[in-house]
Amino acid sequence: MNDLKNLCTQVRRDIVRMVHAVNSGHPGGSLGCTEYFVALYGEIMEYNAANFDMDGKGEDLFFLSNGHISPVFYSTLARNGFFKVDELNTFRKIDSRLQGHPTTHEGLPGVRIASGSLGQGMSVAIGAAEAKKLNNDNHLVFSLHGDGELQEGQIWEAAMYAAGKNVDNLIATIDANGQQIDGSTDDVLPMGDIGQKFAAFGWDVMTIENGNDLDSVIAGLNEAKSRTGKGKPVCIIMKTEMGAGVDFMMGTHKWHGVAPNDDQLADALGQLSSTLTDY
Amino acid sequence: MKYTDSGSKDTRSGFGAGLHELGKSNPNVVALCADLTGSLKMDAFKNDFPDRFFQTGIAEANMMGIAAGMTIGGKIPFTGTFANFSTGRVYDQIRQSIAYSGKNVKICASHAGLTLGEDGATHQILEDIGLMKMLPGMTVISPCDYNQTKAATIAIADYDGPVYLRFGRPKVANFTDPNEKFEIGKAQLLQEGKDVTIIANGHLVWKALQAADQLEAKGISAEVINIHTIKPLDDAAILKSVRKTGCVVTAEEHQMNGGLGDSVAQLLATSTPTPQEFVAVNDSFGESGTPDQLLEKYGLNEASIIAAAEKVMGRR
Repeated sequence: MNDLKNLCTQVRRDIVRMVHAVNSGHPGGSLGCTEYFVALYGEIMEYNAANFDMDGKGEDLFFLSNGHISPVFYSTLARNGFFKVDELNTFRKIDSRLQGHPTTHEGLPGVRIASGSLGQGMSVAIGAAEAKKLNNDNHLVFSLHGDGELQEGQIWEAAMYAAGKNVDNLIATIDANGQQIDGSTDDVLPMGDIGQKFAAFGWDVMTIENGNDLDSVIAGLNEAKSRTGKGKPVCIIMKTEMGAGVDFMMGTHKWHGVAPNDDQLADALGQLSSTLTDY
Repeated sequence: MKYTDSGSKDTRSGFGAGLHELGKSNPNVVALCADLTGSLKMDAFKNDFPDRFFQTGIAEANMMGIAAGMTIGGKIPFTGTFANFSTGRVYDQIRQSIAYSGKNVKICASHAGLTLGEDGATHQILEDIGLMKMLPGMTVISPCDYNQTKAATIAIADYDGPVYLRFGRPKVANFTDPNEKFEIGKAQLLQEGKDVTIIANGHLVWKALQAADQLEAKGISAEVINIHTIKPLDDAAILKSVRKTGCVVTAEEHQMNGGLGDSVAQLLATSTPTPQEFVAVNDSFGESGTPDQLLEKYGLNEASIIAAAEKVMGRR
């Protein structure tokens, strides 16, 4: 457990260093979802990082729907052996496999779908879950979505399908940080009670109250796993803090898609004592 | 005439028959439909392979995403809905989740073009081929009759990559060899000629053969080529023909912008500049009417092809 907590700190270092290096990218949501990614790849999912295979038969699968938080995805994949950690150095640069938003186009191991244009990942995850059922593969499909992303209509098409067609090998997590580019979700477009909405669509809904506490996230994801296979898709409302771990990035939407300058980077890294080796 | 109508059939039924064949021959083929099973002639597949049929309801964006996801795990999804809802309505889903992601999805689109008829312009998409051919890596196919649509449906299951397969609603002449294997990207030389090349696809291929017949009566020898695959284009077949005839008419049930004629013009402009006339819809929406009335009003019939052939021969 201490190893995973240390890994959270390292992933956060990777995130701020990656976006600083190219003066672009999305640190806020990435920092907020760090515990989720570290838990998912460090404790929850079964997968084969050394021999990445697109079909992923006999493995659990993950789909990132809110592709702009690619820094946390890339760091987690690298730190779990999908590709060399040094490659994080190429993030958003020309000729890189680490595109601004995740893609399959350059063949980066660990990525199974392009995302970035929001609202599409739940449908894709449902398709992969249906394929697993056809293949008699009892592994699970996980997906992550931003709360602001739920303003996209396709999400609700997918939510209706997953419940209506009993896609019960799917665990969709909503990163409920209450922020989006233009402001708080309540300011931009109030969505009401997200959990109640998913419940009304027929999902089994649960909450992780502190999505930035690793133990809570692991416990919540294990709880979600135990609820699969019972006829309903599972939705986790995971409450997080955008920018978690870097004090000046927290409590605001302003670090959604802005990179820190040199001084801010130094400040952030000072708050994240190095635990493993920086790339 | 070399080709005879063996009995009019709708191309969508060719798709349905091909899909049913695939159900029997390829266990990885799955079918998805957005509440148009009857219209798409997918009932036979649905009835015989219910575990591999996925009714998504009226939610085409979700259907495209599910199809993309099902390829992960080795399935070969065929989506079925009208051409309008298969392309324009879900362009970004196809762009990101299917084309850019390189997913092996077969987008099967019925009721394309004006010949949808009485439903009118909301459903008569005339831009779909343009939308699809602009996507990198997308194969775009518009077969000409029942037999060819069935063969194309079967053929695309063996091709690894995203495909857009376009067909239509009305019963039209069925004249190609039912035993002919469909080759993606391979032009079909239907009739040899020396004075003018007529390149057509979809429902306009039969019209082109009829037009060639009437041109022959006027002493004009027309070569008729079916370019069922708009992308990748059979450059060699087109260039070979126009180097012989020196002029070309393209004919299609689509906007002039973005269609088959566009692709042919681009090829010729960069290799063998050649006078070309376009039989296509000229920057206009359609309207309600019978298929024949619409094809006449929008200039997509034999008379239009004949007039275009005579005009383009005069420009050589």
